[in-house]
Amino acid sequence: MVVFEKPHALADVPLHYCPGCTHGIVHRLVAEVIDELGIEGKTIGIAPVGCSVMAYNYFNCDMIEAAHGRAPAVATGVKRANPENIVFTYQGDGDLASIGMAETVHSAARNENITIIFINNAIYGMTGGQMAPTSLPGQITQTSPYGRDTDHCGFPIKVCEMLSQVDGAQYLERVAVNNVKNVKNAKKAIKKAFQNQVEGKGFSLIEVISTCPTNWGLTPKKALEWVDEKMIPYYPLGVYKDNTAKKEAE
Amino acid sequence: MAKLTFKTDKCKGCGLCVDVCPKKVLTLAADKINAKGHHPVEAVNMDDCIACAFCATMCPDCIITVER
Repeated sequence: MVVFEKPHALADVPLHYCPGCTHGIVHRLVAEVIDELGIEGKTIGIAPVGCSVMAYNYFNCDMIEAAHGRAPAVATGVKRANPENIVFTYQGDGDLASIGMAETVHSAARNENITIIFINNAIYGMTGGQMAPTSLPGQITQTSPYGRDTDHCGFPIKVCEMLSQVDGAQYLERVAVNNVKNVKNAKKAIKKAFQNQVEGKGFSLIEVISTCPTNWGLTPKKALEWVDEKMIPYYPLGVYKDNTAKKEAE
Repeated sequence: MAKLTFKTDKCKGCGLCVDVCPKKVLTLAADKINAKGHHPVEAVNMDDCIACAFCATMCPDCIITVER
């Protein structure tokens, strides 16, 4: 009996991510959810710019590559033109919380019926470890070698907390993938976000606290511990908004 | 009887599976190098494996198949 195998929606190719990068785990969770809901044939994914720019090679569903930060705008167009399709975006923190902030907030405000998977690893990974909008106060990066100084660089953006104030957003949850329990919770959250879209319940965003061992300068194991010690205290896990139960009652 | 299958050529030797295994079944093969130049994972005492699939759950590259 097979206990665990690669989901069908995940392409059988080597991922280009660094050793120990949890992007691969989140890719797999998304693919597992697509398999379980049986929506591979009608799912369209929108790939971002960033480390996950080549996500279009890794899923067996149709994929579109968006301009930097514009994945929610592209998803809006795809979903409005083809409402029967399931549309998700897969974005990092540089893409979603920096250059694509306007698209993110406005797609939430319009309550587009799309699913956003947001990877928050507190750093710009692809370009070599510069400070991101989500970098923690005091965090050492290439462009903050003495630690992020909040007097000079401001404070990190907490996307789930911010979007919970936007009336259009329907489901917001922050999860992590640094241990087995959190991975299982992350899968539940991602499944709910896709299920919401299937049922027409509106805008869902799942923020996944991820790791960047290479640019954090840590081993993969230490990076998972760093998530527990530094990331989760600043970015508490949990459901930030859930209007979907209320919609059912109506 | 549990069975683990590894796609060894895709392994990047990050060791997350080794750390998460509750029965210490896995190790990184110090005497082997795969096509990518990493020391790949291997099972050293399969008799202890309980097929919990924790290793596969944490593997970022999805190289592990778990059977029981």
